[in-house]
Amino acid sequence: MLQGCVQIALTLAILVAIVPFFGRYMAQVFSGQSTRLGAIARPIERVLFAGAGVAAKRPMTGTQYISAVLMSNLVMGAFVFLILMTQERLPFNSTGLSAPSWDLALHTAISFVTNTNQQHYSGETTYTYFSQVGALGFLMFTSAATGIAVAIAFIRGLTGQAIGNFYQDLVLSITRILLPISLVGAIALLIAGVPETLGAPVQATTPEGALQWIARGPVAHFEIIKELGENGGGFFGINSAHPFENPNNFTNLLETVIMMIIPASLIITYGIMAGNPKQGWLIFWMVFGLYAILSAIAAIGEFWGNPLVNNVLGDIQPNLEGKETRFGWALTALWAVSTTGTMCGAVNGMHDSLMAPGGFVTLANLFLQIIWGGQGTGTAYLFVFLVLAVFLTGLMVGRTPEFLGRKIEKREIVLASLILLIHPIAILLPSAITLAFPETLSNISNPGFHGISQVAYEYASAAANNGSGFEGLGDNTLWWNLSTSFSLIAGRYVPIIALILLADGMTRKQSVPETNGTLRTDTVLFTGVTAGVIIILGALTFLPILVLGPVAEAFNLG
Amino acid sequence: MIQDLIVGIRSTLVLWVLTAFIYPAVILIIGQVAFPYQANGSLITNSEGQVLGSALIGQTFTSDQYFWGRPSVINYSEGDDAAPTGLSGATNLAPDNPDLLERIGTEVERLKTAETQPVADLVYTSGSGLDPHISPAAAQAQIRRVAAARSLAPDQLQMLISKYTDGRFLGIFGEPGVNVLKLNLALDNQ
Amino acid sequence: MRQPGGPRQQRRHTPKANLSDLYQRAFKEALGKLNPKIMIRNPVMFLVWVGTLITAVLTLNPNIFGVTETSAVFNGLVTLILLFTVLFANFAEAVAEGRGRAQADALRSTQTKTYAQRILADGSMEMVSSADLRRGDRVKVKAGDMIPADGEVLDGVASVDESAITGESAPVLKEPNSDVASSVTGGTRIISDELIIRVTADPGKGFIDRMIALVEGAERSKTPNEIALTVLLAVLTLVFLIVVATLPPPANYINSPVGITLLISLLVALIPTTIGGLLSAIGIAGMDRVAQFNVVATSGRAVEACGDINTLVLDKTGTITLGNRLAEEFIPVNGHSRAEVAAIALAASIFDTTPEGKSIVRLAEGMGATLDFDRQKAEGVEFSARTRMSGTDLPDGGEARKGAVDAIRGFVRSRGGQAPEDLGRAYERVSNLGGTPLAVCKDDDIYGVIYLKDIIKPGIQERFDQLRRMGVRTIMLTGDNRITAAVIAKEAGVDEFIAEATPEDKIQVIQQEQAAGKLVAMTGDGTNDAPALAQANVGLAMNSGTQAAKEAANMVDLDSDPTKLIDLVTIGKQLLITRGALTTFSLANDIAKYFAIIPAMFASAGIGSLNIMGLHSPQSAVLSALIYNALIIPALIPLALRGVKFRPLSANSLLQRNILVYGFGGIIAPFVAIKVIDLGISAF
Repeated sequence: MLQGCVQIALTLAILVAIVPFFGRYMAQVFSGQSTRLGAIARPIERVLFAGAGVAAKRPMTGTQYISAVLMSNLVMGAFVFLILMTQERLPFNSTGLSAPSWDLALHTAISFVTNTNQQHYSGETTYTYFSQVGALGFLMFTSAATGIAVAIAFIRGLTGQAIGNFYQDLVLSITRILLPISLVGAIALLIAGVPETLGAPVQATTPEGALQWIARGPVAHFEIIKELGENGGGFFGINSAHPFENPNNFTNLLETVIMMIIPASLIITYGIMAGNPKQGWLIFWMVFGLYAILSAIAAIGEFWGNPLVNNVLGDIQPNLEGKETRFGWALTALWAVSTTGTMCGAVNGMHDSLMAPGGFVTLANLFLQIIWGGQGTGTAYLFVFLVLAVFLTGLMVGRTPEFLGRKIEKREIVLASLILLIHPIAILLPSAITLAFPETLSNISNPGFHGISQVAYEYASAAANNGSGFEGLGDNTLWWNLSTSFSLIAGRYVPIIALILLADGMTRKQSVPETNGTLRTDTVLFTGVTAGVIIILGALTFLPILVLGPVAEAFNLG
Repeated sequence: MIQDLIVGIRSTLVLWVLTAFIYPAVILIIGQVAFPYQANGSLITNSEGQVLGSALIGQTFTSDQYFWGRPSVINYSEGDDAAPTGLSGATNLAPDNPDLLERIGTEVERLKTAETQPVADLVYTSGSGLDPHISPAAAQAQIRRVAAARSLAPDQLQMLISKYTDGRFLGIFGEPGVNVLKLNLALDNQ
Repeated sequence: MRQPGGPRQQRRHTPKANLSDLYQRAFKEALGKLNPKIMIRNPVMFLVWVGTLITAVLTLNPNIFGVTETSAVFNGLVTLILLFTVLFANFAEAVAEGRGRAQADALRSTQTKTYAQRILADGSMEMVSSADLRRGDRVKVKAGDMIPADGEVLDGVASVDESAITGESAPVLKEPNSDVASSVTGGTRIISDELIIRVTADPGKGFIDRMIALVEGAERSKTPNEIALTVLLAVLTLVFLIVVATLPPPANYINSPVGITLLISLLVALIPTTIGGLLSAIGIAGMDRVAQFNVVATSGRAVEACGDINTLVLDKTGTITLGNRLAEEFIPVNGHSRAEVAAIALAASIFDTTPEGKSIVRLAEGMGATLDFDRQKAEGVEFSARTRMSGTDLPDGGEARKGAVDAIRGFVRSRGGQAPEDLGRAYERVSNLGGTPLAVCKDDDIYGVIYLKDIIKPGIQERFDQLRRMGVRTIMLTGDNRITAAVIAKEAGVDEFIAEATPEDKIQVIQQEQAAGKLVAMTGDGTNDAPALAQANVGLAMNSGTQAAKEAANMVDLDSDPTKLIDLVTIGKQLLITRGALTTFSLANDIAKYFAIIPAMFASAGIGSLNIMGLHSPQSAVLSALIYNALIIPALIPLALRGVKFRPLSANSLLQRNILVYGFGGIIAPFVAIKVIDLGISAF
């Protein structure tokens, strides 16, 4: 127990140590300050801007920005769909894979372009090396960069600056953040044992004479951006539990930390760009606190193990179903909380086989979407909750609520409410339809309460752009592919549109000077109230489904 | 709108070249040139150059002469089902799924027949279906059986186990695990 | 200007509203408001009303929708509770409206139809009903007449009894071309002499009509914050509707089906009925509070804006100091004696009818000074903003003047004289005392300085202190010199002052503040205040002021008491706080309701441990939660009407307090109350 707690605590400590530096670095990048990388990156960026035909310095209006996001994502998604559908004739198809079904290819393209990487397939048996590297690996960069760009535009808007140029932020996110870290990280993973080859699967003869097929491929470069960009789509079906994706505890530590650094640091970036680092840190610690509590709940659940199995074993042993020996209960639980919190969606153990507390925590993370939250978008959702908290508390001190000196009025509330509303629509409605026809639609693999969790998890994962799953679910069907595509799109683009409109509106508001009557938002009190608003609004919406899923499962198991 | 479309297409192409061509190519070259062993899957070959397995991937062992690995729902990517791509996979059974208890019951029976104390990692299936490790406790539980089958002194096995145990990273992170394939290959080479 | 008669809170505000049958009437109206066309205006309560109808059907036939787990009796009880929930909300609104209406009725009683003499173009008169008067008409009223409409005095001087609208019994002098005395209000009575009045408002558009409309809620349009809050509540309602509507499939999947009645119960418990039911009552009560303060606001928006005010721009005179400065002392300079100064001051002030002038005369005569010339032969020189002095042209050709020190200095110089050395010292002495120094001269000789003493209104300092704690900055505008202004500013505790201010300064200050993103409130009465009143975010005109000022402002104080601006800030804040606090309370309540209803709904799913309140049975749990949900509305009506008590604290301490009371209170209170109700139910 103690050993596991120390592992978790130290991992978190590493995160806390990195965040201030990385947060400041991102603030420098997006405020146009020079950084050490600039000298190398600038010529590359110039080539990219020229090639793309972008006047990067020209700031965009809200509608221009939205149009650029949607159009670029549409083109990228269509491009990738095309590659997937024609993979049979494209190079690097050493195992002779044919094209996937159209609905799977569509789901895959949407899932990757929305930074979700929900996989209704197993990588090694479905997509060729070319599809993985040329289609999916490509979207891993651009979808992550899209998220960062939107977050930066949102932060700029909140702080009263022009929201900026989408393509400039998109390119800078790749050249200054994602690509440099990926290069270094990929080499580190490579040295630690992650393969990078175009060679076909190897046939091995085991000492007992069996024939083993060892899948491999260009994994290292793919693995690092998968974690860093919070994409989460595994090269192999079993994701980061696969010894080739995550061979040892060095790679596991690296991957755990690296999946959290961008969303965690973006909070600090916000504080710096808003000229109020204190507020950034307060919000950071609020999220950190929730994250630590959820991690503890999940870890304790796994540590005490499965009482039914423990009866058979005659001893209390951790639940190791679907877990790798090298990671153990503690680091698998921590990963599960981190990956659902950050909307990464990569797994190093099977969430379907987690104990009920772990199921509860991972589902709750997907519902709340802010315990670190998605690449960029998570930080923005955090501020939507802040805006709602400001509205309620602002009224309570008797002034038209204002955030960073800008008034929160009907337009802001409408847009914030839209974001609040889209999540239940994209999760609860399709879940209800699927559960209404369990025989024909659901393909649930685990009976009872857990089946409800499987269905809700799949839609929550899609709507929150997470991508992990209770993978027992038989999800490569027409219904699942199309209905989750709806959740993917609704969960990604409606909030992005609302966020940009919100930010754009805020830039055009006159700022109100701060007085004694202004409610300060950089206090422990206000941060605490925000946490309350997050928990109450989140919990109130999804409590019934949590009760019918993991809570009922927990009570009935024990 | 048309302008947006053109910019969208052009930026897609230039970013594709950077992230889906140049970047993977750089890593591929570094891997193949500087770290070919790791880059090609840490393969273990015998003296004839025949591939026996990967140092990172587990295998099925059922004979009393070998240490057994963890149960795998995909048979460690062995056999016809796995051809030609290779597999990975888990049971994804929920804690309250009756199938889980049934399977674990069978597993415990099997271990008890082999006079091996059932340890958690020997009855629960792994996440990848390819887990190369078992816990040191699981290895300890099998010493008597393997020693008897190979007529070796338990002390000798004890030594081999600690030799093929991968410790925690920096002595802190993760759980120690005994690499079953390496251990069994070492036994064969005794 | 009339002095306010004693502390405001002790003054009687007429007309007194008749509240005797308020509650009976409100209950009848609550039933009338069940009309779906009216209900739909409040989406939250409309949903409850639809739920009530469905459960009513389920009471008659529990199996109408197929499977249902609950009995007709249970459905009937739920129907009854939901019906009362709707009625209570309607009742809250009706009570608030009723109070407003009572106020309006009382006001309307002052507005009896009268007849008036309309002056036609050819100068002849015709008798017309007040309802036929139009804007621009000229009417003649004489002693004993009711003034038929709001208007501007064109001719005549008369005293008018305005007690009908202000509750102030002392009659007020009305005369033309005055900033403070030229406008009259319809419904007041002229008690002496006669006036010719130009009508400035069409029938039904006068102040009293506006006030009636406002308090009755007839023209109540939702304020910006109220709209934003309504949106949030509507979205939360929609979210909970989705949550509840999507519950049956998973419930059926685990073989724990839920009946329609239980689903409706859960929905009603979750949607923010408490704030939804009280929201319009809070708004109406807020307007009502403004009206009780005898202030006419042109819109609810203006009242809400009061809470947001960052800066108050206040005239010194009448707001910070009592209206009239009194002569306190004569200070001789240039070797003259005190008696000489008194004599010249008397001479210069003998035609001055302002209170200041009269006080100089009084002081001089008290010191034994007398006129040494024939008053009939002398001629008064009136004060003008340009010359900044007044005086008397004496029969012998001499010119006695008093006025601002530098104005007199200039005057003396123009007559070939020199300002004496000790003039500056006298000036400073008076200024340092916070008084206004007036120099007195005759021809080229300055005799001395009159010390006009300013009296700061009692209690004003504490009020500014409160404002500062609330984050409101005060700027004092005064025509006084810098030193005097500084002393008064310090004594009164204003944050900033502008000395030697002209009307143009006022508008400039407001524009400056607004450019910095601040909301500014100001008071004013003169015609030259009108642009500034229009520019300010909240302009409070004095009822005694000119018509131009009143039309430019968005509020008019019938008592003509400029300090009321401070109270309006409090009212505006209170309005928002009440809304915010009840919303928080309403949302926080949901936690307990969940813990009551969810375990009851899924009792068969083995989640009994969630019943942490230990409620007696699933039925009693649901009923208790619903009864609490219904009763909390009437329980909070008094708070909604009265408003959450506002304390002049900083925003952070205010939040701390309100979160404690309404946030944590909102979490805990329903746990206790539902448990108590459940104990009561299970006793049967």
